[in-house]
Order: sequence, then structure tokens, then C-alpha cells
Amino acid sequence: MSSLARRIDERRGTMLLLGAALVLVAVSVVLALQQPIKQPSIALAFGAFIALGEAVRVTLAGDREAAPLGAAAALAYALIGRLGTVPTTQTVWDVIAVTAVASLLGALPHVAAGRSPRLDVLARRVLAAGVAAALFRPLYDAGNGPLGRLEMAHRNGWLAWVMVVIAVLAGLCDAAVAALVRADRDRAPFMPSLRGELRALIGLGSAIGATGVLIALAAEVMMLWAIPVFVIPLMLTQFSFRRYAGIRSTYAQTIRSLSRVTEVGGYTETGHSRRVSELALGVGRELGLSDVELVDLEYAALMHDLGQLSLAEPIPGGATVMTRPDEQRRIAEMGAEVIRQTGVLDRVAVIVERQADPYRRPHETVDDTIPLASRIIKAANAYDDLVGDSRETGRHLDALERLRLSMAYDYDPKVVASLAHVVERTSRLGL
Amino acid sequence: MKGLPLAARAFVGAVVLAACVVLVLGVRHPFNVGWMLVLALMSAALESRMPIVTGSSVYLGMGIPIGLASYIILGPWGAAFVGAGAVLVMVDNTVVKRVYNGAQFALCAFAAGWAYRYFGGPVGHLSASDFPRVLFPVLVAVVVLCAVNGLLLTGVVALAEKVPPRQVLAGTLLKSIPGYLGYGIFGLLMAVLWVGVDIGMLSAVLVLMPLAVARWAFSQYSAEQQAYEATIHALVQAVETKDHYTRGHSERVSRASVLIGRFVGMREDRLNALRYAGILHDVGKLGVPTKLLQKTERLSEEEFAAIKLHPVRGLEMLSDIEFLDEAFKGILHHHERLDGRGYPMGLAGSQIPEFARAIAVADAFDSMTSTRSYRGARTVDEAIVELIRCKGSQFDPRMVDALVSSLAKEPWVASGVDLVAELGQSGTGPGGDLDGVDGPIGADHDDPTFSLAFRDEAS
Repeated sequence: MSSLARRIDERRGTMLLLGAALVLVAVSVVLALQQPIKQPSIALAFGAFIALGEAVRVTLAGDREAAPLGAAAALAYALIGRLGTVPTTQTVWDVIAVTAVASLLGALPHVAAGRSPRLDVLARRVLAAGVAAALFRPLYDAGNGPLGRLEMAHRNGWLAWVMVVIAVLAGLCDAAVAALVRADRDRAPFMPSLRGELRALIGLGSAIGATGVLIALAAEVMMLWAIPVFVIPLMLTQFSFRRYAGIRSTYAQTIRSLSRVTEVGGYTETGHSRRVSELALGVGRELGLSDVELVDLEYAALMHDLGQLSLAEPIPGGATVMTRPDEQRRIAEMGAEVIRQTGVLDRVAVIVERQADPYRRPHETVDDTIPLASRIIKAANAYDDLVGDSRETGRHLDALERLRLSMAYDYDPKVVASLAHVVERTSRLGL
Repeated sequence: MKGLPLAARAFVGAVVLAACVVLVLGVRHPFNVGWMLVLALMSAALESRMPIVTGSSVYLGMGIPIGLASYIILGPWGAAFVGAGAVLVMVDNTVVKRVYNGAQFALCAFAAGWAYRYFGGPVGHLSASDFPRVLFPVLVAVVVLCAVNGLLLTGVVALAEKVPPRQVLAGTLLKSIPGYLGYGIFGLLMAVLWVGVDIGMLSAVLVLMPLAVARWAFSQYSAEQQAYEATIHALVQAVETKDHYTRGHSERVSRASVLIGRFVGMREDRLNALRYAGILHDVGKLGVPTKLLQKTERLSEEEFAAIKLHPVRGLEMLSDIEFLDEAFKGILHHHERLDGRGYPMGLAGSQIPEFARAIAVADAFDSMTSTRSYRGARTVDEAIVELIRCKGSQFDPRMVDALVSSLAKEPWVASGVDLVAELGQSGTGPGGDLDGVDGPIGADHDDPTFSLAFRDEAS
């Protein structure tokens, strides 16, 4: 298989999303060219804010891209009824075309700066706006549909609730698509991914939805001024989220750096903790851990050897897999003790503490008090101790075989199976 | 009420009485009672859910935008009732405080509503034709609300806690004006949707949603920030367990560096970076074999070269932490000397980054005032004499003077004197292996007397 064909095959869901979005956009652009948009100034105003929002998009914690302004403006363009006293006339296709073109334009600065345009995120935005427009525009029908009549009868309260419901539905669709893409990328099961996306949606998503509905409603009194006015509080929200994402990434960078103390101090091999954490994260994602659990897993994996600092003499090669079980346990306990000193990483400390425990002891049942994260780290650590940064296929195979042989007692079979997938995928060993 | 001075009691009584008069008169004026109840309950619920965060910045409750919308929706009399709803706020306050808060808010809202109406603001309806005229009465109303609130607050705080009125005014009132103006706009927006677009209380939910979410994200941010600080401190301490005599060193260097930085007028964000640079300045020492760090005899050129590498090692380790940025220079160059005989690069004079010059002084100071195996801790005064002696050759005179002047103002807590006792207790902790504590631990590479002596002989 060529590498492109393989990539497409691996990321079927994402390709499906991009294909669907492409078809929608192509149809809507063709239609818009044949029958020009009737209220170009409204389209232009909303398009400008969609593009601006895309240009100032942010990366949130958990590596989620978001463009709150763009999303809110697109939603508002799909939901706007009357501008002053004039009913709006844009069609579903107009909404899709304007959102797509404006988002692409807004992504240009990112491309110019050498960043990825994140086509999957753009496609999601277009689809979400499309869903909202498909639910609202036919029912509104330039003021002649049932929602239009509701508006004429000054039953704006009802209209507002309908808009809120549509915004929620569009948000749910967006979360579902996002989960599909994420599950695809991380090889994770769909349901945990969906839960993660929904949890992420609750905060910023409700602010985006509220702003979109507000702009659409307030335009009746404030005309197009509603867009900049209601965008300001959303900017504040976006700012808060970015600060939060900033401290989260600083936190992660710091743990990554400080976890290298064991390497700099000559206790472990260079790159060991980083490799273990990457492998562990791959396994954790595949086994459907939540975002919070993944962060704990990453930190615990990075710091799993911290206990070695208190050893008088470094273990040869730093490989704990070669040491006696009671020694492994002592290192784990001392590491956990250091982590517990922080006062804020108790869950991480427990994971580190239990990493030395065997999955099952002879004549006993499986010890299910051991956190899954500990079992993952135990396997990932053993694998990396055996392989190191070697790229020889034979050593990888030997290491996997050794893990498999110890599945009865030391390692969780589920974890070892997943670890084998991750290794196969990331190292392209063709096992 | 017990414990309050008589004047304060009289003041509280007068305010509550005035509010009662307004409310009693208000009953005779028509307004939408249902909406009033909804607004009052919403305001109280928001204030209770998001309690006051104390700190240097002024806190404005989430109920304030609702108060600022209520006089447009209901007029002054209705707004007074919404304000009085503050008695319902469930923050652990005494009954007296709650009643007083309700009375104060009722009077504020009434005064603001009255000013709004006096300057021609429409009550109970708003349409496109009211813009931008309505902005002026809204502005006046916000100013009046600020003023009345400020006066009442100043009065009660000055009388009850005997704080000078001017201090209260400058401390809270002036800082809160921009916030109130912002909330005034939110109030107007809410009112536009409530009575203009006619969607009722849904408008409050929609308008406050982005604000509430922003605040939630901010609280998440603060919590994460604190967790981050705690983690850095704990991990740095773990690193320090390698060398028991330097326990707490990083933290104290960080503290002294900030004292210096503040004195030479660094901005707050740079001070923050300097603080981290101070905490992390010695992490590279982990890359240096422990026996070298603890050696008492004179080091060979090779051994000294290994020690000299520690700032570089530190930088290598931390280079992935983006935000540190300027702190890197401080970590890398904290052993440079003004005369160019330091390490790792031998920079001289103004080539040495400001952070590094500050940390160098703080580092030497803490080293001298801490116990070492080969000597006891020196007093702060002795250390200062030594720093002054090295002014110009090893240290930047400006930084030394800054530390000396700062120490004159704030007493310094040097490292624990009964260090050995402390170590004895912690012997079972993570630093269980107390190897080397009983034996001679080496000269400290941070100690200026040591490093000078060594350099003079070696060069």
C-alpha cells in the first residue's frame, strides 16, 4: 500500500467528514454563483466576523482547536430573522457558502505563518452552521414560514427558545463529528471520545451558542451593531480559556522537563520517560481513558522513575524491569511520596505507587484496585526498558514476546494487546 | 451588631431605615411584580453561587449586571426591590450584614434608576429608535450607582473598622469604576433583549452565559496556576534532597531575587519570570556527580569543568518550557562575574543579563547565610559585608545595593539553623539515604569566598 492510500485507509472517518463538507461547499458555491445572495451587505458583515474569528482561533486544553467568534457569527448568520424591520432571505446554501469561504479566508494567516489550516475543524464549522441553517431557514422562509409568522406576531419569546434548541442541536452534531475525528486519530473507542467532546462543549460551547442566539435576536433592535457588541463578552471568554490552556501546557512542559532529572542525573537512559509517556498515552487513548485520566497518565508516566533519585547508586541502565520486585516497589513508593508532596497530584501519586504491583498474584484473582493507568505504565516501562531507543525489529519483537509471556501475572493482557497495536502503528515495523 | 462602634450602628440603622422608606413608598408605584421577583432571585442566586474572591483585584458580583438592567426594565421603584433582594444572598454572613447589604443595594439601585429616568431614559420599553440616545442616561445611572455605593461603603467600613475613608475610596471605589461601566453595558444589553426584543428572562440567561463561562474558566485557571506552583516547589525540593545542605536554597534564592528585582523596578510579569528562574536556577546540578558537589579538597581543572557545566545542563533540561523565556538567561548565566571571570561563558559587565546579575547576588547571599558542613551559617550582616566587598568585581553594585536596601525594610528568614535535627526527622522520607551527612560535605560552589579562593589559586 502506498503511504497516501494507507493514510486514507487509517483515517476513514476524517476523510468522510472532509468529503461531505467538500461536496456541500461545492454545491452551495455553485448555487450561490448562479443565484447571487440577495442581501450581500448582511452576508459580508457576518462573513467578516467569521473570518476574523478563524484568524484569532485558539488551541484549548486537550489539543482542541476552537474559533468561538467564528462559530458564534456563523450560528448567528444561520439563525438571524429580522434585521430591524426587514426579514432576512439567505438560504441554507448561502449560509454554507458564506461560512466556508469566510473560514477559509480566515485560515489564510495561519497557513502563511506555517501552521496547519486544520481542514477538519473548518469542515466541522461548516457542517454545524449547515445543520443550524437547515433547521431554521426553511421554517423561517424569509418571514413567511411558521417561525416567521411567530415573529410577526411578536412572540419572540417562543422564537428565542426555538433558536436555543437549534443551537444546542448544532452543538451536539458538532461534538459528534469532533468525536468521530478524534476517535479516528487516536484509535480510541467512539463513546469515550464523545463524552470527552461533550464535556469540552459544555463550557465554551454554551457561551458560543448563547452569543450566536443573542446576535440573531438583538439584530432586530441593534441592527448589525449586534455583532461587535455581543462579540466582546465572547472575546473575554475566549481569553480566559486561552489563559487556562496556557497554564495547562506550561504545566505539562514543566513536568516533562523536570522528569528528565533522572536522565540528567544518570539514573535512567536519555529519553526514557518521554518514550514511556508517549507509549502509555497511545495505549490509554486506545483503551478509552478520559481527558482527565490521560493527563494523570501522562504525568505519572513522565515521573514514574522519580523514586530512583533517592537511590544511592543508579541501577545499571536505569532499567527497573531488571530489579527485584521489592526494590521496584520501593522506588515506586518513594516516587509517589515525592509527587504527593506537591499536594495537588494525589491521583498521579497513586498511579506511580501502584505501577510496581503485579496484575495478578498466584492463586489469587485479578487485583482490580490497581488503576488502569498503573497497569499501562508498568507495561510501557518494561517495554521501553527492554527496547530503549533501538530501532531493530528483532528487539521490539523480543520485548513484546517477553510481555506476552508474563501476561499471566505481571501484565494486563488487555494493555499488552493494545501496546502491541500502538507499537505496530507508530514504529511502522510491519509486525 | 455586638462589637460595632455606636456610630457604625447608627449609620447602619439609618441606611436600613432609608431603604425601608423607599420600599414602602415603592409599593404604591406600578411595576411588573413577576419580573421583579425573577430579577431579584436571579441576582441573589448568582451572587450566592459565585462568592467573593478576595485578593488584590476588586471583585464585582455577577448580580450587578442584573441590577443595572432592572431600572430599565422596571423603573426606580422596582429596581429598589431587586436591590433589596441582596438580603437573600447566601454567603456566610451574619443577619445584620445581610440586611445592611440589602438596604445598601436597594438605595443604590433606586438612586441609579431615578437618575436614569430623570435624564430621559425609557422605562419598560426600548427600540431601535432609542439608540444611541439611551446611552447617556445609562452612563449617568452607572456613575450615580458607583457614587452612592461608594459613599455608603466608605461610611460603613470607615465607622465599623476604623479605616481612613480616603483609603477605602482609593482602594475600592476608583478601581471598580471600569468594571461598573462594563456591567452597565451588559445591563443595557439585557434590557434591550428583555423589553426591546421581548424575550423576557431568557435574555438574562443568554447575556450572562458568556460572562459566567469566562469566570468559570478563570477560576479553573487560578486553580491550575496554584497547582503548578505547588508542583514546581515540590519537585525542586525533591531535586534538593540530593544535597541536604542546600535544602530550601532554591526557594530562598527565588525570594531574594524577587526582592532585588522589585527594588530595581522590574515589572510584575518580569518579576514572575525571575521568581521561576530563581526556583529553577540550580536544577542542572543534578547532572553533576554528587561527590563532586560535596568534595572538600581542591577540585582539579576537570572536576571544576564538570561543575561549571551545571547552568548549561539546567538550561538543556528546561528549554522546552516556553514561558520561561527570559528566565533562561538568568539560569544560564547565574555564575557569570562582572569582571568576566565567571562561567559558563565568561560574560562581563552589561553583557550579563539582568536576571542573571540579580540571581547571582541572591544565590551568594543565601549560600553565605546557610549552614555548610565546613562552616556555620553567617549572619545577614556578615554576608552583606562580603557582598559589598565583591561589588564591582563579582557582583553588579546596583543589585547588591538593591538587596541591602530591601533587607533593611524586610527581615530575612535564613535557612533553618537546627538543620541537623530537621534532617534526623526526615530520615525516613524520600531522601532516606543520608549518605554524606555525617561525613564532610564539600564546599559550596555558590559561596563567593569559596569560588573566589578557588579561582584566585587556579588562575
